[in-house]
Amino acid sequence: MENLTKRFGDFTAVDAISFDIKKGEIFGLLGPNGAGKTTTISMLSTLLEPTSGNAQVNGIDIQEDQDGVRKSIGIVFQDQSLDEELTAWENMDFHGRLYRIPKEIREERITDLLQLVELEERKESLVKTFSGGMRRRLEIARGLLHEPAVLFLDEPTLGLDPQTRNHLWTYIQTLNHTKGITIILTTHYMDEADRLCDRIAIIDRGTIIAMDTPEELKKRVGSDVVTVTSPDSERIAQEISAPWISGAEQHDGQVTIRLHDAEEHITELIRLFGDHGYAITSVSIHKPTLEDVFLHYTGKTIREDEAGAADRMRMMMMGRRH
Amino acid sequence: MDIVYTLWLRSVKRYVRSKSRIIGSLGMPVFFLLALGFGLNSVVQIPGGAGENYLQFLVPGIIAMSVLFTSVFSGIQIIWDKQFGFLKETLVAPVSRLEIMLGQTLGGATTAVIQGAFILIISLFIGLKLTSISGFVIAFLFMTLIGICFAAFGIAIASKMEDMHGFQLIMNFVVFPIFGLSGALFPIESLPEWVVPLTLIDPLTYGVEGIRYGLLGTSAIHPLICLAALSAFTIVMIVVGALLFRKASI
Repeated sequence: MENLTKRFGDFTAVDAISFDIKKGEIFGLLGPNGAGKTTTISMLSTLLEPTSGNAQVNGIDIQEDQDGVRKSIGIVFQDQSLDEELTAWENMDFHGRLYRIPKEIREERITDLLQLVELEERKESLVKTFSGGMRRRLEIARGLLHEPAVLFLDEPTLGLDPQTRNHLWTYIQTLNHTKGITIILTTHYMDEADRLCDRIAIIDRGTIIAMDTPEELKKRVGSDVVTVTSPDSERIAQEISAPWISGAEQHDGQVTIRLHDAEEHITELIRLFGDHGYAITSVSIHKPTLEDVFLHYTGKTIREDEAGAADRMRMMMMGRRH
Repeated sequence: MDIVYTLWLRSVKRYVRSKSRIIGSLGMPVFFLLALGFGLNSVVQIPGGAGENYLQFLVPGIIAMSVLFTSVFSGIQIIWDKQFGFLKETLVAPVSRLEIMLGQTLGGATTAVIQGAFILIISLFIGLKLTSISGFVIAFLFMTLIGICFAAFGIAIASKMEDMHGFQLIMNFVVFPIFGLSGALFPIESLPEWVVPLTLIDPLTYGVEGIRYGLLGTSAIHPLICLAALSAFTIVMIVVGALLFRKASI
């Protein structure tokens, strides 16, 4: 993808972004609502024409060969896109026919996929009787029916309860491992991006501000923190030292020690405490999260940013929605 | 063709399942048929009519009305698909918009013809006598053309509409005038002269007269002219509908 840009009037939703996605990886676009994630996905899936720039999906140019791109992608939209008046099976069947999958293969795959997402028993039920999680699973199954090389998931777990989210994450990982499907997902949930993605691009106001593996991104932001509660906190703060400790501060009976690779050094640290004869009440490790990464790059938390950008974008894109 | 069939199949499945819609949209035509038909039957004399009474004169008009309203509505229904997101699922598939539009049109036309057939059957119980089988076939031919013409018209409108807010506007200022000017309720010969050109640019006029020829054996406009005119309107509607739908944003 090179310099992909989309403008709506004066508003630039996606501003000359470029990135490469490797075959078989789970790639995350992380950013607040309205950052340009869905617009990017819409362009890659040929639903929107880019204002400028170009991109290839599965080696196929998105503007020159739209049908070629469409055949090689599956997509689960942010907003529900099932026909509620049809049954689960009929929704799948409709999709299979649209992608011209021959009857026998179609029926076999539908059965397999409905089993995979555990909706086999409800296949004859109308979708309007389904819960949010069931609908999402059905949509993922549908997106896989024509065996796409690339699967787009736009906010796959938006509005789902924690249990269902966990369930879906497992599905997504399994799919990626067993079928080798390249997955591109957008999310504004930090934990989702962290747990699922091999690589993440952080996107804000239409531009990519950082891109790497979650681990690397977090490392770049800075050091881990170990917090120690101890009656000897003042002494610890003054005396503790090691090559991998970058600083220690004491307040309210607690010491916060900044260091690199906390997991690796925690046993050594505990031993140091023992050698010095400190009394320790409790120890906790805090690793930087993607939230810290976002804060670091944008100077604001993802939540703070959401209201403003989301409203702007909704107005542009979803004026017709209620 | 299999894509057109897929879209058609979905429309028909949805229609068959929505019992309340089927009954509901029979309400108004049946009301017109009974209230106007029986109410005015003894009062109104059809000028130059070949002995038919007003009730019989009215039946083709009400059948056409039923087909008109159902087909326009089914065309406009793609706005619901837009709002409920289903349209995206269709548009992101490797199929052309023309196929989608044609499938939607034929699906809408099918449901509209079924609605019209219900009115036809009801009419048989309240005094309509069929003259011949061929007349019956002719009536269905015209019903089908009306269905296709106005389902395509509905899609053309829906492609330009953002949501259902404009629906009442379309109903009151477009669909009702089409119905009112078509000669469904009165003979077009008895209209003031300045209104006649308006009825002649109304596609439904030719549909009503065509059905009337099929069921009663008489019509104010020659049936072949009706067929030619309505077919031409239908083709134009399909072309316009397809062009607008191709440009429609999701």
